[in-house]
Amino acid sequence: MSIFEVDDLHLHYRTRFGEKIPAVSGVSFALEQGEVFGIAGESGCGKSTLVNGCMGLFIPPLYPTSGDVRVAGESIMNRTPADVRTNVLGRKVSMIPQGAFNSLSPTRKIKDIAADMIESHEKGVSKKAIHDRLQQRFRLIGMDADTVLNEYPVRLTAGMRQRCVISISTLLNPQVVIADEPTSALDVTTQKAVITMVFDMLDKGIFSSMIFITHELPLLRHVADRIAVMYAGEFVEVGTTEQIIFDPRQPYTKALMGAMLSAEAGQKQKKPVAIEGAPPNLAKPIVGCRFAGRCPEARPECHRNKQDIRIVGNRQVRCDYAV
Amino acid sequence: MRSEVDVFDAQDVTCIFGHGKKAVTAIDRVSFTIADQEIVSLVGGSGCGKSVLAKIMLGLLHPNSGRFLYKGNDITDQRRHWREVQPVFQDPFSCFNQFFTIRSQLRDSFGILEQKPSKQEMEERIDQALLAVNIKPPEIEGKYPFELSGGQMQRMLLARIFIIRPKILIADEPTSMVDACVRANILDYLMKLKQELKMTIVFITHDIGLAYYVSDRLFIMHQGRIVEQGAPDEVTLRPQNVHTVQLLADIPDIHKPWILR
Repeated sequence: MSIFEVDDLHLHYRTRFGEKIPAVSGVSFALEQGEVFGIAGESGCGKSTLVNGCMGLFIPPLYPTSGDVRVAGESIMNRTPADVRTNVLGRKVSMIPQGAFNSLSPTRKIKDIAADMIESHEKGVSKKAIHDRLQQRFRLIGMDADTVLNEYPVRLTAGMRQRCVISISTLLNPQVVIADEPTSALDVTTQKAVITMVFDMLDKGIFSSMIFITHELPLLRHVADRIAVMYAGEFVEVGTTEQIIFDPRQPYTKALMGAMLSAEAGQKQKKPVAIEGAPPNLAKPIVGCRFAGRCPEARPECHRNKQDIRIVGNRQVRCDYAV
Repeated sequence: MRSEVDVFDAQDVTCIFGHGKKAVTAIDRVSFTIADQEIVSLVGGSGCGKSVLAKIMLGLLHPNSGRFLYKGNDITDQRRHWREVQPVFQDPFSCFNQFFTIRSQLRDSFGILEQKPSKQEMEERIDQALLAVNIKPPEIEGKYPFELSGGQMQRMLLARIFIIRPKILIADEPTSMVDACVRANILDYLMKLKQELKMTIVFITHDIGLAYYVSDRLFIMHQGRIVEQGAPDEVTLRPQNVHTVQLLADIPDIHKPWILR
């Protein structure tokens, strides 16, 4: 059985005029034990909305339309936010946000913020027990527990703060960790250190599988086992990392690979190609393929016919003409 | 004779913050020159002094010792300096005021010029600048900064540059907030700016791959010093300094192994 399943998930935002804007449409995937699943896509394509959906946390104006999310076979949909906070977040699913600084209260020490995580989920744990657990966990993942725990967030470097956020969000050994652009705010050297730590935690069994969201494809190539490419609220191609990076089939995936940069011999002449135009307005009904307006390979019928996910080899592609 | 003078000339520039025991040397005896119409990239990890150097170039900070010359002179009059040297920053949302429309703020940018053009000419120049960054003027009509996406706002910052038409552009991580497609777009516009306005560009980034694409010369910085400089091919393919090697190894590249398990 898959550890985490998303089944035909549709999510929408409701505007103050009562309009429904579909932000995520028909997303399905499953995570196996120990797998890292990457999601790539440009800003505004619905990656972060999908993250909220995967946690079962629906705060207006976000509402679920249909579909199901299951952690180890148990559905986490249709629960109250309070129920989600105590029973799902932290234990089943945990999130690593992008901006570590926004996630840590500036007036409290790291150990107090971390203690909150345990206290709010487990009743009647003594201060001493919490202290010991924090010490043990921070040491396990290679941090200097005595100094870090007693610091205020402002006194730590950006990389250290992100490491603290990661350790706090995984304190209760969640089954699935969702990392939403965990290193975009860091420089390359710190990024490498943080990613190394995350994989060390995965190897030590602190959490069992991960969804990794980033728009940085070279990074995704090294962290993910499988990659899904998202465009305008839909998955347009899902396959193994090798397939997506080196042999993309769907036109949008191809274009995304063309916009990538790499510093190596003979690459200077090969200019990165930008994708012209903008994604469709999801507030209006869309006829035909969502990428048709920007697609270099679009045919007249692409503007009329809706494209569905189909299986090509052992990957999923949303394009009738991809081979 | 004027054209032969280097745009920027740094001689043993040192910049120290704080004093006594707490003194931090942000820039440590740095010397370099940047020629007219050159694209130079400053590359280094967080806290290596890239942005401090950018502030010195903009005349926002002054070196504690050594000299920093712009076209052979010290920077004294900031307003006059900013007519010729303009920045583009990482986060466009913190550069624009939330409470005013974008168009009115673009109009305000004429304030830095010596002579404000007539009202009609101002509107025409704003329209031209918007078209130059591929945004149709009606798209932003009456809109406030928070109504646009990050990529669009970053282009607004560039539109501002098309309006002011400076001689030198200091681009401080202009693409670190945006995704790969938008990044390729912004790089295109930067190159267009350089060609149209014959600009000198100082590009500040921690992404050596990006720097490799755009620049004529690379400066690798580490702890306030320029540890290596040279042509991009020279620096990225045959790095001499250990910090350059480290920096290159840390960049995830699709064709090379990277860490991990």
